[in-house]
Amino acid sequence: MATQKITLAKGLNMGLRKAMEDDPKVLLMGEDVGKLGGVFRITDGLQKDFGEDRVIDSPLAESGIVGTAVGMAMRGYRPVVEIQFDGFVYPAYDQIVCQVAKIHFRSQGRVKMPMVIRIPFGGGIGAVEHHSESPEAQFAHTPGLKVVACSNPVDGYWMMQQAIACDDPVIFLEPKRQYHADKAELDESATPEPLFTSRIVRAGTDLTLLAYGPTVKTAMKVAEAAATEGRSIEVIDLRTLSPLDMGPVLDSVRRTGRAVVTHEAHVNLGLGAELSARITEECFYSLEAPVLRVGGFDTPYPPSRIEEDFLPDLDRVLDAVDRSWEF
Amino acid sequence: MTQHPTGGTQSDSPGFGPDLVEVFGPSQQDGGPELIQLLTPEGERVHHPEFDQDFSAEELRGFYRDMVLTRRIDTEATALQRHGELGIWAQLLGQEAAQIGAGRALRPQDYVFPTYREHGVAWCRGVDPLRLLGLFRGVDQGGWDPAANNFALYTIVIGAQTLHATGYAMGVQRDGDVGTGDPERDTAVVAHFGDGASSQGDVNEAFIFAASYNAPVVFFCQNNQWAISEPIERQSRIPLYQRALGFGFPGVRVDGNDVLATYAVTKAALQRARDGQGPTLVEAYTYRMGAHTTTDDPTRYRLSNDVESWKLKDPIARVEVYLRRNGLADDEFLASIQAEADELGHTLREGCKSMPDPQALSMFDHVYAEETDELRAQREGYAAYLETFEGSNH
Repeated sequence: MATQKITLAKGLNMGLRKAMEDDPKVLLMGEDVGKLGGVFRITDGLQKDFGEDRVIDSPLAESGIVGTAVGMAMRGYRPVVEIQFDGFVYPAYDQIVCQVAKIHFRSQGRVKMPMVIRIPFGGGIGAVEHHSESPEAQFAHTPGLKVVACSNPVDGYWMMQQAIACDDPVIFLEPKRQYHADKAELDESATPEPLFTSRIVRAGTDLTLLAYGPTVKTAMKVAEAAATEGRSIEVIDLRTLSPLDMGPVLDSVRRTGRAVVTHEAHVNLGLGAELSARITEECFYSLEAPVLRVGGFDTPYPPSRIEEDFLPDLDRVLDAVDRSWEF
Repeated sequence: MTQHPTGGTQSDSPGFGPDLVEVFGPSQQDGGPELIQLLTPEGERVHHPEFDQDFSAEELRGFYRDMVLTRRIDTEATALQRHGELGIWAQLLGQEAAQIGAGRALRPQDYVFPTYREHGVAWCRGVDPLRLLGLFRGVDQGGWDPAANNFALYTIVIGAQTLHATGYAMGVQRDGDVGTGDPERDTAVVAHFGDGASSQGDVNEAFIFAASYNAPVVFFCQNNQWAISEPIERQSRIPLYQRALGFGFPGVRVDGNDVLATYAVTKAALQRARDGQGPTLVEAYTYRMGAHTTTDDPTRYRLSNDVESWKLKDPIARVEVYLRRNGLADDEFLASIQAEADELGHTLREGCKSMPDPQALSMFDHVYAEETDELRAQREGYAAYLETFEGSNH
């Protein structure tokens, strides 16, 4: 099959379309996902092709979106719901944490909850408040949920289909800054890696740099810049945040002896803290330096004119790389 | 200016429409003039222009039996809690008619989303009453298979299940199981909740979704007047059934202590849903005769006078009076029901006491449909840890 160059937005859109073609039980629901195709156009054209019963414009009520999706799943559907922006997920937090996450457990496996909750996340688009947040740790901390973050168009295409096919509820984080940014070559005939796996996206020998979602691109730039200084950085795109796929991470750190984690979310009690703890527990004698974290500061997301100071960028991550060597 | 019962005042300002009706005044003490009733507290059969229907002797005796047995489940469970066999129990005393009427109006294909107090509806659905006790004993979090009886697990978070019911009903629509005219196929969904839950955002969102999509769902609100210690006045300034109008679907208030009326009204509301006419709010006006749960002490916040006046409206007594007066039940029948209740009580007592504690490692089961390596490792780690104790049995 011929390959084509697509954006992340297109990859996600194609992934949704393929999943809907493959399984008539897949439904999409969210605010403005129908005629408009979503505010980011991720569901563009899907209502036209699959009808209003399968691509459902919902009332503006996030708890209602997730709560009704629970009922649809109990009826045998596979709902994929869109939360319009990261900061709008909180009205649905109770349904996600108390209901979606627990139903399989409390029903002793009798009731499955095959739901995907799509959340455009992260900053860098100059938005007003509540439109640039990174709430992943809140969900990764909740047993019963699985949490993944895609970073590129090809993963967007495959991971979306895999998440929909998963019988567990999946929080699917999409780096909104990347939606329409870079294009990549998609080969639809390829065989994708399993969903809950992390991946080495650049091999290196001196330091392991962990990233996911929007910071993968940053991490790749860091590795390039460091290479000019003679430092070989291995970049791992985590892809799955819950469960974490620690195998490739631990293997890498045992080889490099150094690790830096970068994410846009607040550093305090973020994914970096968990990764740091696990690396320390498993690779203590391989480490040349403590695991360092570079993320958003522990402030509310700032006004957009200074968001680049809040977000981890090339220089701040390089600074952490330098500090790793200083130990 | 007129004095509002809660202490505020209202202005008589015509530009803003009519003043709030004084809904909690004397006229409301019997549920108000719009209360639908078919059997009075004194056991007199009364007629209603819209919801009247004939009941066979067998149906009436069946309602009586259901209510007596449901009450026995409740009193046994309460006693089991007092004996330390249950951690807590949510009593339904006084709400038997609301639940049996609503439960018996269902068809097999209908689906019920309960709160944690719908023991009578569970009974009607054929859920083994013993299974209800597991949650309250702490041995499981819902021991029945929802799909086996179309009866979802109890939901503790107030009102959350109304959205599940609405979504399920939206699924029913997508399956084409609405408005076909086939009585074996057309399906309705019932969301149970209470007066306290009516304040929850989820309940209001469920109303909006159901109205917007014309979903085949019946919102069955048992207004038992109390949300733990908070009276209905703290939840609503208008009768709850009137809220439906603001969401764009009909609401009715039925005497929740009248099993005939709750049955007839629920049956009609379910049929509306199955026919594709959308949601209905049924407010079953009743009273929580017991405590909120076995840990609650209602003497701290309500008058015994109120309880005494509601005792006169007991849901079971009025049916018994009607049956006897009309020669539909004799001493022998009533004694047979009593014997059946005693047998049920015995079964529950013995069954509850012999419910085994779950194995500690079972907490790792079913967290996911597709278990993660992380969790497997935790389970194995804890199992190995437990093995280090002599005589460990997990």
